[in-house]
Amino acid sequence: MTETTGKTGVSRRTLLKGTAGLAGLAAGSGAITGFPYVKSAETKVLRYLGTAVNEGDDISKQCLKDTGIKIEYITATTDDVTKRVMTQPNSFDVLDTEYFSLKKIVPSGNILALDAKKIKEFDNITPVFTKGETPGGKKIGGQGTAPWKVLYLEGKDSKKFATSATEFVTLIPTVYNADTLGIRPDLIKRPIGSWSELLNPEFKGKASILNIPSIGIMDAAMVVEATGKYKYADKGNMTKEEIDLTMKVMTEAKKAGQFRAFWKDFNESVNLMASGETVIQSMWSPAVTKVRSMGIACTFQPLREGYRSWASGFCVSKGVSGPKLDWAYEFVNWFLSGYAGAYLNRQGYYSAVLSTAKAQMEPYEWAYWMEGKPAEKDIKAPDGSLLEKAGSVRDGGSYEERMGAVACWNAVMDENDYMVRKWNEFIAA
Amino acid sequence: MDTSETILQQASPDLVRGSDTTRAAKPVRLSPSFISWLQAGPMMLVFLAFFLIPLAFVVIVSFWDYNEYQLLPAFSGRGYTDTFEGCIAQLPDLCTIGKTYLKTLKLCFLVWAITLFIGFWVAYFLAFHVKSKTWQMGLSLLCTIPFWTSNVIRMIAWIPLLGRNGLVNSGLMKTGLINQPVEWLLFSEFSVVLALVHLFTFFMVVPIFNSMVRIDKSLIEAAYDAGATGFQTLVNVIIPLAKPGIVIGSIFVITIVMGDFITIGVMGGQQIAAAGKIIETRLNALQFPAAAANAVILLAITFLIITMMSRIVDIRKEL
Repeated sequence: MTETTGKTGVSRRTLLKGTAGLAGLAAGSGAITGFPYVKSAETKVLRYLGTAVNEGDDISKQCLKDTGIKIEYITATTDDVTKRVMTQPNSFDVLDTEYFSLKKIVPSGNILALDAKKIKEFDNITPVFTKGETPGGKKIGGQGTAPWKVLYLEGKDSKKFATSATEFVTLIPTVYNADTLGIRPDLIKRPIGSWSELLNPEFKGKASILNIPSIGIMDAAMVVEATGKYKYADKGNMTKEEIDLTMKVMTEAKKAGQFRAFWKDFNESVNLMASGETVIQSMWSPAVTKVRSMGIACTFQPLREGYRSWASGFCVSKGVSGPKLDWAYEFVNWFLSGYAGAYLNRQGYYSAVLSTAKAQMEPYEWAYWMEGKPAEKDIKAPDGSLLEKAGSVRDGGSYEERMGAVACWNAVMDENDYMVRKWNEFIAA
Repeated sequence: MDTSETILQQASPDLVRGSDTTRAAKPVRLSPSFISWLQAGPMMLVFLAFFLIPLAFVVIVSFWDYNEYQLLPAFSGRGYTDTFEGCIAQLPDLCTIGKTYLKTLKLCFLVWAITLFIGFWVAYFLAFHVKSKTWQMGLSLLCTIPFWTSNVIRMIAWIPLLGRNGLVNSGLMKTGLINQPVEWLLFSEFSVVLALVHLFTFFMVVPIFNSMVRIDKSLIEAAYDAGATGFQTLVNVIIPLAKPGIVIGSIFVITIVMGDFITIGVMGGQQIAAAGKIIETRLNALQFPAAAANAVILLAITFLIITMMSRIVDIRKEL
């Protein structure tokens, strides 16, 4: 036990100096994690902290079957995942989080970079992550926290992102997607081709954006740029003046009654769209699919300014070592081996290792989801429910077309503190 | 001291008598004040451990500095100065925090006034018009129905009712009263107040009902015999005697609404500022000291309101 306590002490120092309350929590949970090493010698258990995106029951069941590793999901919102990593680093083993939160998580020293050499499929990971281009060679927009900027660390315990490839990987890529506006074509009744339509007075009281400040402001920036008002050097890292300008445009729109509501949660976005409260809003791909599966027309509209993209991956808590670390590698390797990738692809996300996922999908599924071809047969969700009828084509087309048109990535700005204050001002306006 | 000794005598008459009369016989004597401490002790410890100490931490942290990923335990007023940013520079316009509190107080006042009105009459009905105890219990349990579903479900359930294509709008359109759907039914201050009233009237009903059932019925008869009208009885007998319940209910409602951000967020379409919302946004951005500073401000303002209310009625005296 002394050894465990000692370990907690280190992470406590590096984490939140002097925060007795929080450190107390960390120490408390540290005392708990001390035991499973002994207890779980027979059953391999990993506590998996992440958002609901990757956390399918099917995935954990299949994983248990294939590897004998029991996954215990700890589900939280993106913000709460980060909060938990900072304040209770011993309360989880495997972390599934987005690349943009690395700017907060890595300097805290609470996560352990994984060794690329121990990841079997690492060389097969899509060049989207490693080179910033699609497999077909299209250059991808790098504004914001693009994954290739924060993929590697300089050394094992380094807190600095390396500019070139090293073997120390911050997050092993798992899933990503390109986000855009969702629209109700049946209510809009005309083609939509630009982000600027979000603030078009035609949709007064029927528009919505995401109420997560760091992501919402990027959607706002896409709109501002589309209207031709301003061109950002980096939408994901604005200066104070740029933040002021962006929020001014949004505040005017809000005061004019442009927005019906802001949403924060997957189901909220589905409800707003399905009930017709909004006809145009920022959205996530599976939410669009869900609205459509309710029999309501909804398009994940490709726009000429491009997509805002996001990506997430795996790392482990600093406190993980010994056999548990081996299981973590085993789990990550399993995750990239195909089953999970195919599962995610079938939901409209993209898997990091395309080749293994392809092997687990039917050719007609692959053609629909990844190649942008009309569906030969009905397209079904992982749970077997009907998503699309035969003959339909995926919005935005193929993987190459969609990922190739990414303009920026979810980000944490240097001026994050200022931005959050301005966001509160925007809500109060 | 009076009260504590009466309570003591009720609770443990032997011990109290023991300390007075059988002084020589008992080797171990516990003074009455020690016993009082002993009785109050457990609650005090809980209060200390789970309220006062955490609260002290909040106050301390609110004066710390921070960066993107950690708290810096060095004295800094940044949490506060950031919060009041622009409050002087922007005059006569209100700054963010000013606008936010104005809005919160407005919602709070509306909800308080409406819940008080509805709650008072529901309690009045339960206490004076429902004769059987069983029915009184049954009917007051009915008031808890809003709590049977989770917050999220309840919020989602409002959309089909109040939404653009909801029941109310389609009903009004069919009767020809309106041509266009009414937009302010949902995601507006109206819907926020409606949802809060729907939720929290119960917190008014219970304490007021509790005060009312304890009113001696002979007082009302006496008022009637003395020729008072129903209204005079209400104003001069029932309301003064129900005051403690009214104040307790008001404290419940005001403290909850002042800190609420979930209902205001969901029903206001996340477009209405709330004091609690600022704290949440700051917490989510891992800016703990700024969140703590806002929490301290919220606490101070709520405390101020409660103090003013208890000036009007001395609850301790009335109970």
